[in-house]
Amino acid sequence: MTNVLPIDLDPAVIEQLGHELDEIYDATIASLGERDERYIRRLIRTQRTLALGSRVAMLAGAAVRRRGLLRRKVGATGRRAGTALLGLGTAGLGLAKILENMEIGHNVMHGQWDWMNDPEINSTIWEWDTVCSADHWKHGHNIVHHTWTNVLGKDRDIGYEILRTTSEKPWNPVYLAQPIYNTLLALMFEWGVGLHELDFDKLASGTKEQKAEQLELFQGFLRKAARQAAKDYVLWPSLAGPGFVDVVIADTVANLIRNIWSYTIIFCGHFPDGVHLFDRSVIEDETRAGWYLRQLLGSANITGGPRFHVLAGNLSHQIEHHLFPDMPSNRYQQVAPRIEALCVRYGLPYNAGPLRRQFGTTIRKIWRYALPGGTDTVSEAPALRVA
Amino acid sequence: MSLMSTARSRVADVVNLFATPLQASHYVELVNPLWSSHKLQARVEEVWDETADARTITLRPGRNWRRHRAGQHLRLGVPIGGRRFTRTYSISSSPERRDGCITVTVKVLDGGRMSGHLVRNLEVGTYLPIGLPQGDFVVPESTPVRPLFITAGSGLTPVMSMLRTWDIVGNMPDVAHIHYAPHRYDVIYGAELVELAARRPRYRYEAVLTREGGDGPSTARHFDRAQLDALCPDWMEREVWACGPQSLLAAVEQHFEAAGRSRFLHVERFRAALAEVPADAAGGRATFVIDGAPVSADADATTPLLRVAEDAGLNPEHGCRMGICHTCDIPLVAGRVRDLRTGDVIDEPGQLVQICISGAAGDCELALTAPAT
Ligand code: FES
Repeated sequence: MTNVLPIDLDPAVIEQLGHELDEIYDATIASLGERDERYIRRLIRTQRTLALGSRVAMLAGAAVRRRGLLRRKVGATGRRAGTALLGLGTAGLGLAKILENMEIGHNVMHGQWDWMNDPEINSTIWEWDTVCSADHWKHGHNIVHHTWTNVLGKDRDIGYEILRTTSEKPWNPVYLAQPIYNTLLALMFEWGVGLHELDFDKLASGTKEQKAEQLELFQGFLRKAARQAAKDYVLWPSLAGPGFVDVVIADTVANLIRNIWSYTIIFCGHFPDGVHLFDRSVIEDETRAGWYLRQLLGSANITGGPRFHVLAGNLSHQIEHHLFPDMPSNRYQQVAPRIEALCVRYGLPYNAGPLRRQFGTTIRKIWRYALPGGTDTVSEAPALRVA
Repeated sequence: MSLMSTARSRVADVVNLFATPLQASHYVELVNPLWSSHKLQARVEEVWDETADARTITLRPGRNWRRHRAGQHLRLGVPIGGRRFTRTYSISSSPERRDGCITVTVKVLDGGRMSGHLVRNLEVGTYLPIGLPQGDFVVPESTPVRPLFITAGSGLTPVMSMLRTWDIVGNMPDVAHIHYAPHRYDVIYGAELVELAARRPRYRYEAVLTREGGDGPSTARHFDRAQLDALCPDWMEREVWACGPQSLLAAVEQHFEAAGRSRFLHVERFRAALAEVPADAAGGRATFVIDGAPVSADADATTPLLRVAEDAGLNPEHGCRMGICHTCDIPLVAGRVRDLRTGDVIDEPGQLVQICISGAAGDCELALTAPAT
C-alpha cells in the first residue's frame, strides 16, 4: 500500500503542521530584501563572466594547440599549455552551465525572484541554456510535478515515464535494459529533459488534436534545440578555425559535465530510499496542509556545505524546495533547520543524507526494479537522518 | 537604406546566436551597462540638494537613449529593499547640454517611498533602469510663441528644461513665468531663475511665496483671476503651459475654460487620475486588458482574480490554482490587489500578480495576454 503514511496523524494535527509551515513561509518572504537581490544579481553576473571567459579560454587553447601542431613552432610545452587552457575552458563552461541551469534558471522559472519586479529576472521571460524550452519546462515541472508530486499516475517525474522505480509499476521485459538506458539518460540528460514534455503515445496514436498538440510541442523543442546546438557545435567552434574539432569536443564535454551533475542531483530528489509515493486517493479533498505533508514525505535532501548547495542549485534542499517552490533558493539553508526540527516534533521523517547514500540507493533501486517484483522501502522512523 | 538595415539586423541575429538563449548585449552589459542594447540604463553621475527636501540627480543615459525634447519626462526605476519601483519624472536639463547627461529633480512627497529613497539614499555610480523620453508637454519648435508658464513646486522641472534650452541657444522668447512655492528657500533652482531673469530681459519671473510672511497657508496668495491680471496682464495673448499639483491645475483649467482659452492651455500631471484607494478597501471593479481590449467584472475581496476572470468568460493561463506554479502571473497595470494568503497588498504598476491567489483590494487593472493556443 502506497498511501499509508508513516505516521498516523490526526487531520487537525496536519492542519496545525500546515499552519506552522505557512508561518515559516510568510516570515521568510516578508524578510526578503537587498541582500537577496544582491545575491542573485551577483550570481548572474559571475555566471555570465565565467561562461564568456571559458569560451575565450577554449578558443585560445585551441589556437595554441593547432599552431603548435601545424607550424611546429610551439613545441611540446606550448601544445601542453594549449591543451591545459582548453581543459580549463571546458571545466569553466561546464560549471557555468551548471550554475545557469540549476541555481539560476530553474529557480528563476519557479518565480523565486518575481518579487523583485525586475523585467528580466522573472519567471515569465527567463529562458535557460539547455535544449529544453522554458515554456515546456514550466508546464511539466512547475505545474504537473510540483502539484502532483509523487502521486502515481499523475506525476510524470516518477521514473520519468521510462524507468521503473517502484513495485507499483507493473514490470515488463523492457525494464531489463533500464540500467543501460538510465546511464544513457544521465549522459544525454538535457535532451531527456527537453523531450520529457512530449507524449510519444499521443503523437503516434492520439486523436487529431492530440497529434497536432504534440507536433507543436515537438517543433518548439526542435527550434530551441537547433539554436543551442548551433551555438555549441557550429558557431563557437568555427571561430577556432583549424581548431574547430577541439572546440566541438570541449563543448561536448562541458555539456556532459552539466548533464551528469544535474542528473545526479535531480535523481536524488525523489528516488532515494525512504521517499514515499502516494495513491491517487490521497489527493481527493487534499488540503493545503495535506499537500505540504505529501511534499515532506515525497522528497529527499542531500547534506553538504554551502558551496555544494549552490552547485546543486539548492535542490539538495529538495524538501524545502518542494514545500516552498517560489521561495528564493538562497533562503533554503536558513529554513532547513526549522523544517527538520518541526519534523522531529511531529514525528515525521526528514529524509536527508550524504550524496553517496542518496545516489547509491537511487541507483540500487533502478537496478533492482529492472527485475520483476521488489518491495518499496519507505522510512517509518520519525525524523530519519540517514548517516 | 532598408537593405542596409536588414543586413545589419541579419548580422545582429548571427551575433546573438552566439549568446543564445541570451543576446550579445547581455555580455556587453558585463563590461559597461551603458553599452547594452537590450535594456536602457543610466549611471548616477552626481547628486545635488536643491532644497531641504528636493534633490537633483544627474544621469548619464546608455547608448540607446534618444535625445529628449524640452518638457518631456522619463520613467525611472529604483530598487528599494530589493524591489524595483518605477516612477515618472520630468527632465529638467536642456537637450542641448554638452556632456549628454540629463537631470531630474525629485522632491520627497508625503509617504512617497521612492522619492524618499531617491532624495536620501541614492549613491553616485548606481545604475538605474530608465525609459525613453516621452510626453507632449513641449513648446512647438517652428512657430514663435509667447509662453506663460504657471508652475508650482517640482512642477517647475519641465519648464526649466525649456528655459535652459533657450538660454543655451540664445533665442529666449518673450516669456512670463509665475511660480508658486511655500517659502523662498523652497524654490528649486531659485537662484538660477533670478539670475536668468536678470541676464535675459525677455524672461519675466514672478515668484509667489504662499507661506512667506504670515503664519499658515494663505489662500489669498493662490492662483486666481485677480492675481493673474496683476502678474501677467497680457495673459489673453499668451499660450499657457502649467505643471504642478492637482489643486493648482484644476484652478488654472477652470479659469482658462471660463475665459474661452482652453485651446491655448497645456497641462502636465503625473498623479494618475485614479481616486486614492482607502487602505482597507475590499473588492472592487477588476479590469483585464487583452490586446488592448478591456473586460471588466465586479470582484469581491476574497474571490481570486483568476476566478473573476473566468466567470467573466475569459480564460487566463493557469496551472495549479494554489499559488505554486506561477503560470497565472500577469502584470498589474493600475489599482490594488491583495495576496489572499499573506494579506499583502500589491499596488506597484508592472508588478506580477499571481491571480489564482490574489483578490481585488479596490479597483484594479491587469494586463492579460491571450493564452497560447
Ligand atoms: S495557477 Fe499556479 S500559481 Fe497561479
